[in-house]
Amino acid sequence: MAATASRPVPPRGRARLIAVGRATKPIREARGTARGMLWAGAALTLFFVVLAAFASFISPYGFNEYKSNGVRFAQLAHPSSAHWMGTTVLSNDVMARVVYGAQTELKVVALALVMSIAIGVPLGLLSGFFGGPLDRALVLINDVLLAFPYLLLAIVVAFLLSNSSIGAGILTAAIAITAAYVPVYFRVVRNHVVSLREEAYVDAARALGAKPWTIIRKYVFFNVVQNVPPIATLNAADAVLLLAALGFLGYGIQPTQGAEWGYDISRAVSDASSGIWWTGLFPGLAIVLLVTGLSLVGESLNETLNPVLRRRHFGRIEFPELGEERSDD
Amino acid sequence: MTGTSLRTYLLTRLALVVPMVFILLTLVFLLMRVAPGNPIQAALGGHVPPAQVKIIEHRLGFDKPLYTQYGDYLWGIVRGNFGTSISDNRPITQIITQNGAATLELTFFAMIVAIVVGVSVGLLAGRFRDTGLDVFGRMFGILIYAMPVFFLGLMAQLVFGVWLGWLPISDQASPINQALLPAHTNIMFIDAIWARNWAALWDVTKHLILPALTLGLVTAGVFIRLVRINVIRTLRDDYIEAARARGIDERKVVYTHAFKNALVPVITIVGLNFAVLLGGAVLTEETFNWPGIGHELVLYVQNRDYAAVQGIIIVFALVVVFVSMLVDFLNAYVDPRIRY
Repeated sequence: MAATASRPVPPRGRARLIAVGRATKPIREARGTARGMLWAGAALTLFFVVLAAFASFISPYGFNEYKSNGVRFAQLAHPSSAHWMGTTVLSNDVMARVVYGAQTELKVVALALVMSIAIGVPLGLLSGFFGGPLDRALVLINDVLLAFPYLLLAIVVAFLLSNSSIGAGILTAAIAITAAYVPVYFRVVRNHVVSLREEAYVDAARALGAKPWTIIRKYVFFNVVQNVPPIATLNAADAVLLLAALGFLGYGIQPTQGAEWGYDISRAVSDASSGIWWTGLFPGLAIVLLVTGLSLVGESLNETLNPVLRRRHFGRIEFPELGEERSDD
Repeated sequence: MTGTSLRTYLLTRLALVVPMVFILLTLVFLLMRVAPGNPIQAALGGHVPPAQVKIIEHRLGFDKPLYTQYGDYLWGIVRGNFGTSISDNRPITQIITQNGAATLELTFFAMIVAIVVGVSVGLLAGRFRDTGLDVFGRMFGILIYAMPVFFLGLMAQLVFGVWLGWLPISDQASPINQALLPAHTNIMFIDAIWARNWAALWDVTKHLILPALTLGLVTAGVFIRLVRINVIRTLRDDYIEAARARGIDERKVVYTHAFKNALVPVITIVGLNFAVLLGGAVLTEETFNWPGIGHELVLYVQNRDYAAVQGIIIVFALVVVFVSMLVDFLNAYVDPRIRY
């Protein structure tokens, strides 16, 4: 480890390091509220990542377990020392379902984000750069999709896929969410590319005889891709809500495949009339905390990366007290 | 001159709606037809003899070639025929008039809650940026945004319905009123006023409070965020600086000069979020057992009823397109710059 660190960094890698440094500069420069929000959000998100990664160590029981050592758990039992968050009507441990839920939630959301970025960004790049009738057609379709309530879009896709061989499950849920978010990336990227296309440096590259592919790769892509992180984190927050909504309506993950918070809340609605609060409260709090974490990160990224909202911080200049020796240096 | 240009704008906007609706309808048709599996079998549970499936297929026109089906489908919509559900043979138009009224009632009151809460908190948070008030407003905005509608609804049911016992937690009205109130508009709130049945009106209002508040507060989260940013942006505008330079009282600058302009985009925000509100309505209806269109949609999806799902989706889409057009008209009326 020490050997690699002491070796001089090769120029290519170094350029990349500088690029990373430049890209993260606004984040490091974030001050005040934005900085607090960023760290609070990152901590919350990390908490759920840890919960998901080590679910089998953290959770006292499996998400689908209803007995241990041959003894069936009580149904709808109050929170107790054996079941910190109580049990459900199916005798499942609520805490186990909350912990394993983090796994499902993050898996689906990550898959959905990767798919929607992988489809939306290249499509936006090409459509914006080359323009023409294809661009116009894509924009029209995109506008229609954006105007549509995205929950309904996801419901329709989940409905159609659940009849197919894919069936209901993590992939179906992820595809349904992807369908809702591709238009977002497409629009942002495409509009940015259209404005970049007229920039002087792109014109200059074109005048030098650079091929379209080179221009896209070297000049346009990195400019455009900066928009993606804030949108992606905000979208991740949104996607958690969307997945929970699908689960609540019964189109998401099936209860035997994995624990899903939205599904658990839908079961809890029928418990509520008899005053049972623990089956709904804990999965709900988990959603709120995870979404809050992700949107805090997204909001503060937006506030620091978006020049319209950015506030530069000038360090306060402090003068040493006159006539006093400074001891520290 | 301005009169004609407003009219030109309206006509252009109207002309743009036609291809949009056309694309939408085509997309829905393609999605529904390209989907794998036999829709009739799916809707009827898969245990129906093939001969009977053939009969139903013939009745619904599923045995015709695809382009004929497409033509029939478009022509049907032009005539206001959105199809008939397979599972219970109910015309979609009937679903719209009966269940749509309940959805309208819910969304209307929710929108009022959202506008009142969202605009006031957003304005204050933007005006007092980076103060405690702003942090509170933003935290409220973020928290309420992070709150799934159905979770907020569930908690409201527990607190106000079960523990405090103040409000009913499901349905649109008590069974007696549902059965006896004459249905003029199907909007029970109006029907109760129509019948001058004040006891029923009170009953309907009590049923309405929790769902409308739940959906409204969740929608308000988005409003807070956008109104706040708008205020911040407006307060930086040159004309605000100019007003200050003229020595106008700071409070007057903010409350009359800035807020008014900051609120013009709110019309757009309300319009844009109408689609979000509709999505939220589906979930709210499901939570509170509210007999709206979203509630029906969920039932039909569970029954795998393609025709009904298709019809309801089209209605939702048309409503969204119509509202966004309305918003553009309003904007053009309020803000002359939009008309070019």
